[in-house]
Amino acid sequence: MNDAPATSPLGMPAVSTRFIAVWRRNLRVWRKLMLPSIFGNFGEPLLYLLALGYGFGRLVGDIGELPYMVFLASGIICSSAMNTASFEALYSAYTRMTVQRTWGAMLDAPLTVDDVALGEISWAATKALISSSAILVVAALLGLVGGWQAILVLPVILLTGFCFGACAMVITAVSRSYDFFLYYFTLVMTPMLLLSGVFFPLDQLPPLVAQGAFLLPLAHAVEIVRPLMLGGWPSGVALHLIVLAGYALVAFWAATLILRRRLMS
Amino acid sequence: MNRAEHTIIAETQSLTAVVRARGLCKRYGETDVVRGVDLDVRPGECFGLLGPNGAGKTTTLRMILGQTPPSGGELHVLGHPVPEQARRARRRIGVVPQMDNLDPDFTVRENLLTYASYFGLNGAALGERVDQLLAFANLDGRTREQIQALSGGMKRRLSLARALINEPDLVVLDEPSTGLDPQARQHIWQRLNTLVEQGRTLILTTHYMEEAERLCDRLAIIDHGTIIACDSPRNLVAAHIEPHVIELRGHDIGDWQTRGGALAARAERVGDTLLLYTRDPEPLLQALGGDPDQRYWHRPAGLEDVFLKLTGRELRD
Repeated sequence: MNDAPATSPLGMPAVSTRFIAVWRRNLRVWRKLMLPSIFGNFGEPLLYLLALGYGFGRLVGDIGELPYMVFLASGIICSSAMNTASFEALYSAYTRMTVQRTWGAMLDAPLTVDDVALGEISWAATKALISSSAILVVAALLGLVGGWQAILVLPVILLTGFCFGACAMVITAVSRSYDFFLYYFTLVMTPMLLLSGVFFPLDQLPPLVAQGAFLLPLAHAVEIVRPLMLGGWPSGVALHLIVLAGYALVAFWAATLILRRRLMS
Repeated sequence: MNRAEHTIIAETQSLTAVVRARGLCKRYGETDVVRGVDLDVRPGECFGLLGPNGAGKTTTLRMILGQTPPSGGELHVLGHPVPEQARRARRRIGVVPQMDNLDPDFTVRENLLTYASYFGLNGAALGERVDQLLAFANLDGRTREQIQALSGGMKRRLSLARALINEPDLVVLDEPSTGLDPQARQHIWQRLNTLVEQGRTLILTTHYMEEAERLCDRLAIIDHGTIIACDSPRNLVAAHIEPHVIELRGHDIGDWQTRGGALAARAERVGDTLLLYTRDPEPLLQALGGDPDQRYWHRPAGLEDVFLKLTGRELRD
């Protein structure tokens, strides 16, 4: 296995392939509860789609030329990736760091804080991928997918999951209790969820707010995913990907810096 | 001996010593937790770090494992400079932590398999190794149990088995028998002796004198971040304390403090107990024989007497 040096300039994360062991540990645990977990992955978005799509969609009618259900499906794929990755990197990772001391055991083995953080964030991204894949299947079965391009949503979701996993890991790194996460939900995630074009198009908002939404990553994920789901091609993909990847890398870097100070001081 | 010979010897020692520390320091803000520790842990020995709470034992262990960078000094573990190459060193180290951190999401056997994966170990030989370790820890009947179902002693045995998954040259144990009942403690001690017989090097922290006396070939008594004595338990007792102790309790101690103090090499008053240390107990025992009301206890001096003499008797919180 590749053993990266213990320190690097600017405190950049020293990445090694050993992070895979952390990712696989979480996969093993997930497999034990795979059935209920997958059931939830399918069930919850199905309920959302049906309840909001039919109930709400009748009132709303079409958005542009899209039936509301179709519009909503691509939004929920993105918001589900955000929620799933964030929950995993907040509550589950924090539990493994503090209550279960799972990370402590890993750090006694030849793993570093950077390996653990990368393994956890990759796992959060994987869970985002699993849940979004389930929604994609549901959407396809309901006839809400417009073409084969929808399959390209999956790598975008993986990046989105990594991005939100890394952002959540920063919060986990500074958090002293579970309660602290509520600030993140209230001040960051909920506004982002409501203002990123998941439930309604951004052009319904005042222009300043709509532009502001693009300072945060979720709107960029939606901008790529929605055209792909309709069987078309998104525009400005490079910029959207750069924002997602930028958030991912900066947050990963910040998370490892803070975690190293917390766990290795 | 000339300078060149000195250098050669120093180099050989750094190659053979399992842990070699020079002037190791750790400072947290304004507090010096470890100040200038020199250590040479020899291959195949059981080396104890003995000290009161807050003496710097656990911090020293964490520096050895590369889990906190020293504020100063030099440190080599298994020939690797630490913390620079701590990961390489940890590949050959097994750790039994002070507080159990077994993985509650896995069964007993899965815990060993998962921990092995952190070392990059897998394959057919691993299954055999896991079975051997479960037998070593007397847990072969409980391989499919959840961690929550284990007693404290079983958890500690599993922690020890887990620490051996990578066939380590060095096993580091932070208070290995704290919180265990006597049976569980005896079992752990036997297993640790087996490890030393297998040629592994052990470093353990403890504040149990009996544990230190029974297990350790050599001990460093550490207090306020410095090593104040380092030798075999027997030599420590011989060097620092008179071999006989007579403890007196009861109503009339004040009188004996002067009488006994004259017959003993050293007298110490702790609460309502008077401790008389002496090389020749006979005159004292004769004098005490003439006072049938006085309760006393004659015992050989031990490590605890050395420890309390060197670190003092005030409570540490």
